[in-house]
Amino acid sequence: MQAFAAVLARELRLAARRRAEWALPLVFYAIVATLFALGASPNAPWLKVAGPSILWVGALLAALLSLERLFRGDYEDGTLEQLFVSPQPVSLLVAAKLLAQWMIIGLPLTLMAPLLGVGFGMGTGVIGVLILSLLLGMPALVLTAGFASALVVGLPRTGVLLPVLVLPLVCPVVIFGAGAVRAAETGVPADAPLYFLGAIAVLCVCGVPLAAAAALKNALD
Amino acid sequence: MTWIPNWLHRLASPPVFHGFADRLTPWLALASAVLLGYGLVGGLALAPADYQQGEGFRIIYVHVPAAWMSLFVYSFMAGAAVVTLIWRIKLAECVLTSCAPVGASFTALALVSGMLWGKPMWGTYWTWDARLTSELILLFLYLGVGGLQQAIGDPRAAARACALLAVVGFVNVPIVHYSVEWWNTLHQGPTITKFDKPSIAPSMLWPLLSMALGFTTFFGYVLLQRVQNELLWRERGNPWVRETLA
Repeated sequence: MQAFAAVLARELRLAARRRAEWALPLVFYAIVATLFALGASPNAPWLKVAGPSILWVGALLAALLSLERLFRGDYEDGTLEQLFVSPQPVSLLVAAKLLAQWMIIGLPLTLMAPLLGVGFGMGTGVIGVLILSLLLGMPALVLTAGFASALVVGLPRTGVLLPVLVLPLVCPVVIFGAGAVRAAETGVPADAPLYFLGAIAVLCVCGVPLAAAAALKNALD
Repeated sequence: MTWIPNWLHRLASPPVFHGFADRLTPWLALASAVLLGYGLVGGLALAPADYQQGEGFRIIYVHVPAAWMSLFVYSFMAGAAVVTLIWRIKLAECVLTSCAPVGASFTALALVSGMLWGKPMWGTYWTWDARLTSELILLFLYLGVGGLQQAIGDPRAAARACALLAVVGFVNVPIVHYSVEWWNTLHQGPTITKFDKPSIAPSMLWPLLSMALGFTTFFGYVLLQRVQNELLWRERGNPWVRETLA
């Protein structure tokens, strides 16, 4: 547990010193949402309808873009190898890194979404569901993306490969996440998709650290 | 019965497998030719036209086996992936990486034939229906495995990374399927899964089953050849390769 806390604290300290790491994804998210609005005719009615989808996919892309920081730096300066020679189980330490990634990237995006939601004409109730769905869905996104970036950690250039690996895997999260917001917008209870999101998140929390640790081990061999 | 594990152990060695595949491929090719030949003649010429869908229904003889194979190959690939991860058998790695392009082709074939079928029947090439969408996502999963394999230089590390991705994808496929199903569905219900009494006439059913079996043997044929090539390439420094190719 001490090692878990140490890794978590290290990640948070690093992020606190390099503010661009967590601030730029937020800017990116806002720009993407704005561009969607600019692509439509001003105040087009379909923008309100497409709002949940745009906000969810925007958050997904912003989370994907900031994956570089997760393992790359540690791989290059040897920290990752230190994790492997430590007596603690690697999956636990990887879980700490993933939790930190969620706190640094996922949580700010979740808090940013309601601001953008107002721009897409969402009411208070809908925004509540939006926050809930992102709170449940973002961990699954960050974890899945973390697994994929562990797969490609040693490669010189990952570019578009990473999104191609991640995006098909996170389809269910987008379906249920945006689905919950859409349900709230049409006045239908949004519990069912939120429960599904929670189930997927639990599955990811249990499975992904193990899979990511195995992927890192493979990359370091 | 100890000869079965022994035989499997021997088969996992590349030169033995190469010889085994050499002996098996002609038979698979022959079986595919016969089964696909009967299926095509029976399906395209002998079977009566459907009373609702007319002649257009005949695309079922390509579409349905291709869709089955797209799932079968993914399961097969996931099986090879598990073997790769647990026992680190080189042969399983080759099987795994050879499965991805073949499976992607079957999936693409199922999608394209389905689109051609959809135009006359539903009036549109594409609709965001559950099965179509999950098939499309399956194609992306295959392409992801292929892309990852291409990106990593060392073949063994590439195969193990692909194996992890395939296993995670395999866990994910049912979730994708049901989430998309829940999202929307328009596709007609299954015709053949009801084992006691299929809702399809026997004269239409037999060619379809023959096509399905033919697709499977054809997959076996293509897979063995791909695995042979992969083995030869990987072991290109070894004497057995020179002896085999001499």
